[in-house]
Amino acid sequence: MRGEEWLMIVGMTAVTFGIRYLLFAFADRWQLPPWLLGSLKFIPPAVLTAITVPAVLMPNGTLDVSPANAYLVAAVFSLLAGLLSRNLLATIAAGLLAFFAHRLLW
Amino acid sequence: MAAVSSVPTSARTAKRRELLAGMRDTLPLLLGAFPFGLIYGALAASSGLSSAAAILMAVCVFAGSSQFIAVGLVAAQTPVAIIVFTTLIVNLRHMLYSATLLPYLQHLPQKWRLPLAFWLTDETFAVTIHRFQQEDASPYKHWYQLGSSLAMYVNWQFWCLLGLLLGKRIPDAQAWGLDVAMPVTFIGMLIPFVKSKPIAVCVLTAGAASLLTWQLPYKSGILLATFMGIAAGLLAQRLSKQAADGSRR
Repeated sequence: MRGEEWLMIVGMTAVTFGIRYLLFAFADRWQLPPWLLGSLKFIPPAVLTAITVPAVLMPNGTLDVSPANAYLVAAVFSLLAGLLSRNLLATIAAGLLAFFAHRLLW
Repeated sequence: MAAVSSVPTSARTAKRRELLAGMRDTLPLLLGAFPFGLIYGALAASSGLSSAAAILMAVCVFAGSSQFIAVGLVAAQTPVAIIVFTTLIVNLRHMLYSATLLPYLQHLPQKWRLPLAFWLTDETFAVTIHRFQQEDASPYKHWYQLGSSLAMYVNWQFWCLLGLLLGKRIPDAQAWGLDVAMPVTFIGMLIPFVKSKPIAVCVLTAGAASLLTWQLPYKSGILLATFMGIAAGLLAQRLSKQAADGSRR
């Protein structure tokens, strides 16, 4: 391993663990204010959406809302499967199957 | 053996049950993570990163999307400082996760908080927060998070390694589109959270904002769109509360 690789891994590990641990480290010493506690429930759906929507609608960096977009087709199928079944495995499997079916057929 | 000490045994049973439940509930997400790990390994193999560095990154950093981006940046010969800074921005969302978990974990000793922080991922967070929010008074819910964390970690290392080993044989791994596993997994994780109108407003806003902010550097649009979604959700919550108060008067 080169020195530069060491530097990169040490740096990435430090910032990633630092971000994950910072609040936990002092968790017993501070209390979140009520208004902040009230907004926490929006965090998971907001983050998951903000990551997913561009990955689906702009897989190549430009907006592509068409049936030719395999990522969009996969997302539609997994969304339907998820809403109907409420089952995580079925949601993921439906999306993957739709994607590869699209790849074969389109 | 069970007859020797019945009280500790029942506590041990309860802990083990939480641990196994955490692993079991994470199983579907392992399916979503495996193609991602596989491509990471394959991309790392062709990026110019040494195999040792690629493995060590998965072991020490353990954050799929930033590993992915880092490998892409290495291939583009980006300076280390930029790679580390990008990692910082991309992973900032984990601080939101730890803020959400804080009320449930703050009574635990550091020997628990440290590893649970190290293993905090989108997947483990999304699974575990549902367990913490269940009303039962189990004192061992952190064992559930540990179970989910271990399942994710072992699964991730395995597929990254396999991708690395196969990488030289499947040079155009990215063209296969295996990265579709990420959005479909996230859709599956997202659905159970959308239980009220304010959260639906939050999701729609975050989605629209993520398209508008996509071009911002270092993937910082993710964070900006997140905060816009949260703000819209809070606003919707306040408005619907006011409407409810108004009709009561």
